Amino acid sequence: MTEPLLKVENLHVSFSTRGGIVEAVRGVDIEVAQGGTLAIVGESGSGKSVTAYAVTQLLDRSARIPSGRILFRGDDITRASSSRMNSLRGAAISMVFQSPRTALNPIRGIGRQIMDAIEAHQNLPKAQVRARALELLEAVRIRDAAGRFDAYPEELSGGMCQRVMIAMAMACNPSLLIADEPTTGLDVTTQKTVMDLLARLTAERNMALILITHDLGLAARYCRDVVVMQEGKVVERASTAELFGNPQHPYTRKLVAASPTFESTVDDLVGEAPRPPAPAIARERGAPPLLDAEGLVKRFGDVAAVDRVSLKLGRGESLGLVGESGSGKSTISRMICRLVDHDDGRLLFDGEDIGSIPARDFHASPRRRDIQIVFQDPHDSLNPRFSAFDCIAHPVKRLVKPQDAAELKRRVEEAAERCGLPRDLLGRFPHQLSGGQKARVGIARAIAVEPRLLVLDEPTAALDVSVQAVVLKLLDDLRRDEGLSFLFVSHDLNVVRMMCERIVVMRQGTVVEEGASKDLFTAPRAAYTRELLDAIPHFEPQRALAG
Amino acid sequence: MSSTLRHAGWVLRGNPVTAFAAAGTFLLVAVAVLAPWIAPYDPITSNVSNALKPPSAAHWAGTDQLGRDIFSRLLAATRLDLTIAAAAVSLSFVAGAVIGSFCGYVGGRLDRWVGRLVDVLMAFPLFVLAMALVAALGNRVENIIIATAIINLPFYIRFARAEVNVRRHAGWVEAARAGGDSHAAVVLRFLLPNILPAMAVQISLNLGWAILNAAGLSFLGLGVQAPTPEWGIMVAEGARFIGTGQWWLVAFPGLALMLAVLCFNLLGDGLRDILDPRMRT
Amino acid sequence: MSVAKNIGRRVVKRLGASVPALLGVVVFTFLLMRVLPGDPATFFASGPNAGQEEIDELRRQMGLDRPMYEQLARYLYDVATGHLGRSMTTGQPVLADLAQRLPASLELSFFALIIALALAIPLGIAAALKPNSLIDHAVRFVCTLGVCVPTFVSGLLLIYVFYYLLGLAPDPTGRIDIFAAQPPEITGFLLIDFLMVGDLAGWRAAFGQLILPAFTMALFVLAPLARMTRASLLAVLGSDFIRTARSVGMTGWRVVIVYALRNAMLPVLTIIGIVFSTMLGANVLVEKVFSWPGIGSYALDALLASDYAPVQGFVLLIAAIFVMVNLAIDVLYGIADPRVTVE
Repeated sequence: MTEPLLKVENLHVSFSTRGGIVEAVRGVDIEVAQGGTLAIVGESGSGKSVTAYAVTQLLDRSARIPSGRILFRGDDITRASSSRMNSLRGAAISMVFQSPRTALNPIRGIGRQIMDAIEAHQNLPKAQVRARALELLEAVRIRDAAGRFDAYPEELSGGMCQRVMIAMAMACNPSLLIADEPTTGLDVTTQKTVMDLLARLTAERNMALILITHDLGLAARYCRDVVVMQEGKVVERASTAELFGNPQHPYTRKLVAASPTFESTVDDLVGEAPRPPAPAIARERGAPPLLDAEGLVKRFGDVAAVDRVSLKLGRGESLGLVGESGSGKSTISRMICRLVDHDDGRLLFDGEDIGSIPARDFHASPRRRDIQIVFQDPHDSLNPRFSAFDCIAHPVKRLVKPQDAAELKRRVEEAAERCGLPRDLLGRFPHQLSGGQKARVGIARAIAVEPRLLVLDEPTAALDVSVQAVVLKLLDDLRRDEGLSFLFVSHDLNVVRMMCERIVVMRQGTVVEEGASKDLFTAPRAAYTRELLDAIPHFEPQRALAG
Repeated sequence: MSSTLRHAGWVLRGNPVTAFAAAGTFLLVAVAVLAPWIAPYDPITSNVSNALKPPSAAHWAGTDQLGRDIFSRLLAATRLDLTIAAAAVSLSFVAGAVIGSFCGYVGGRLDRWVGRLVDVLMAFPLFVLAMALVAALGNRVENIIIATAIINLPFYIRFARAEVNVRRHAGWVEAARAGGDSHAAVVLRFLLPNILPAMAVQISLNLGWAILNAAGLSFLGLGVQAPTPEWGIMVAEGARFIGTGQWWLVAFPGLALMLAVLCFNLLGDGLRDILDPRMRT
Repeated sequence: MSVAKNIGRRVVKRLGASVPALLGVVVFTFLLMRVLPGDPATFFASGPNAGQEEIDELRRQMGLDRPMYEQLARYLYDVATGHLGRSMTTGQPVLADLAQRLPASLELSFFALIIALALAIPLGIAAALKPNSLIDHAVRFVCTLGVCVPTFVSGLLLIYVFYYLLGLAPDPTGRIDIFAAQPPEITGFLLIDFLMVGDLAGWRAAFGQLILPAFTMALFVLAPLARMTRASLLAVLGSDFIRTARSVGMTGWRVVIVYALRNAMLPVLTIIGIVFSTMLGANVLVEKVFSWPGIGSYALDALLASDYAPVQGFVLLIAAIFVMVNLAIDVLYGIADPRVTVE
């Protein structure tokens, strides 16, 4: 049996913080062989990134490794000197980081930065280093590599920056590459090209790859083995096929269940028995749709962020709006909420022309109460100086105008209860709540005024999968119980499919395709929709998309 | 409110420097209020036979060229200097916070112009501007306050603008509008309270700066006039005797200035911790 | 090189952009001097008891009876052609007075800036490289004290210690001993002029006079410079791209010098502009303490004597210097931050 390339034994990492010592990693064992691919999967706070940084000694100053061993090619490098680590980093072990834009030096040309990486280990004439850097840029498929050699990171897209980052990591042919959430913040389609590139390059060079991710789909698609971490410990390790086919640990099972697939329903995500699909609300004949937007246009300067988009949404219906960043989906949600004005088009709510009321004055309109919105980042959407109670109470005070404090209290508590928020949390401030709890406050605030249309702007994009599952379930229940209509905006096709009957796919401000969720998934008409579907990482290879 | 106080107590216990600054500030304010009653001598009446005496048990900080007790003059000056600084800073804070946050919230062309104007003003030698203003408006205490307020104004505008700017697209701001608030209400009820902690830090730091400015102007002979006790004038009067070794005429008013500014600066740093709810556990 | 061309274009653009700022200052001084103090003619009249006739005559002479816009136009024309009026106290044209005194102020300010930078930047770097160490605390202590002590107090205390107690410094009056020989007027900067004629004794004497006021001023601006250096270097050292540089195996020193310092100096460069303009203001105080014959003390004397033409000339001159300094900072910034020139 050959010796593994990297072997981590019983690793402990702790941080000294204001609140005392925090143990981030508590006894982790990991092994990767030469040329192997390992995914470390876990939610935020699981210690997966800390483990990786411990290997390369890039932890910050407050971190300590009280016990454990890190063996690289059989050598113990746990407490290796900084000069030893400098000779290993880049040459033997490299890293690719998340948010590639900030990971590159903003005032140094990208070619120059790759040259720096080469020069850190090889003493070659300048011209040769430059030629090698150019080769690397071409290897990571930067178009017009020679022309972009002197470009600065901000002149490149996020995906391009990540390719440059990969080129830097590969510069000295290391034998181990650690990629820490390399696709966070990138669009789905870019995500796929970057990951494909990373997988191909490591395979070609027989490099070992450790992929750190929260996304089970990515792990399944690109790695042979998986390690699942929770709260600083490894809870399960297995080959990918085994782990996803037959998860053993309850946490893994929960995680696998919570990750949306092409077939799962909202009930699957939280491990409940499936219910019949939401009963279609009987449409009254002749009644206008709840929302009827026609030819909406929004321009920023000369650019049309939204270009003649039309939508119709019936009572009790849920419509999904899908697109990548820059598709104009968030702008549409704000126009429909009457938070920003449209430049052209018509907006009817229940047959009433609400588009003619300027956004500036809409707060005083009686329709304000009927259209509410849930925002993307639950943390960012709560006033840091308001308690949870005040957050929910604010729109009630303004729009419902309760008789007295008792009625206000009753309404707020009712809304909180419907969103599964325990009463004792209502006195807390946002920074004292978890991400999931904040999301619930945001939803409670929106439904407390009993709206008829709820616009959901990526309501779960900032949440861990297991929390996302619970929040999606909550939203679905609310819709069933209260007959709300949803406009569900998301970049995640799987989520939208579960939550919506119909889907509108957008790209660069225009509608690409529109149809019933089922049809769109089984028979996408537009090439772009197909590309989007194809880019979704999934972990049931046998059930991959036909065609 | 009580949680804020409790938190303040907790911060002060864990942070002796801030506690020192808070105590110092309290002492300064107490002296400013009580000066006429606690001063051992009259700060104005001169007694030439007792001139230029070094510090002693009778005169803790010595006497000046007219035989006046320097310690009593220092106490009396505290009231004037703090009043000037407080008045100037409150003027510029109120005007700056309102102008700045509305500009930052509205954005667009107006905001860009205001931003550019403020940048130019801030980079301009503000002390020279203050001198010119006092010269033009007339050599009076009110005008020192106005001049100091005007040269402080750009800082507040810029600060409020920047703070509002980073928040104006926050979810909770949009949520407030979806919750039925007008633009003006959003600025006044949501954004201003949120930027106040940061502004409080700025106010504290600015108080120190305002004191330095006012004292500097008086040192030059602008604004407050002799024989009124004021730290800057006292230094100016003592300057004539430094070459002959009567150090106490300059050192004590200088020390008073330094301590006052030091307290406000340290308090500003401490306030940052106390008022930030994210630090509260 | 395209970089040079880019910078050239920026300079032209910046100069163009500074025209409104300068114009604003001119109009501001016009309003300040003509409108606010009431009737300027009463100031310029022979005395408080001047008769109404004399005042009316003066008004006619000064053009004060003309409409406001005409006065402004005339004033702008005068400023543009260098006619800043005549000082009542010296009897000389203001422009000549200012030109004669400017080198003294500039020499003091530049020398102080050099001292401040030479102290502040290494201190800031040392503090940032070892946060929370003894040196960091020491730097913070010095900085905190530095901003709290007004220049006029620290200047006087320095005089007390180095002139009165230790006798190391010369009599703190002026740029040069009254009995020493003046160097020939070449640049107006004494240190440079003495060097050019090779008079080392004279150079030493001028240096002795300069060191205390320059140090006083440097002490005052030390804090913002050192603080900014520390804060921005700390921020850069904690940023993602430094981690990247370390992850490819670059050594610690190379990371600091090639990656961190250059990026960290960008905000410091901006603050140097602000610091220099603070120094122009503080000049007035320091010049008064050390009887330094610069433009600050000139303007102050005029101000106290209600002689307004020099004051207004001084404000305009400061504005012009301020524009030049900002231009220089901008060019340096353009060289240091390639992103600016790329656009």
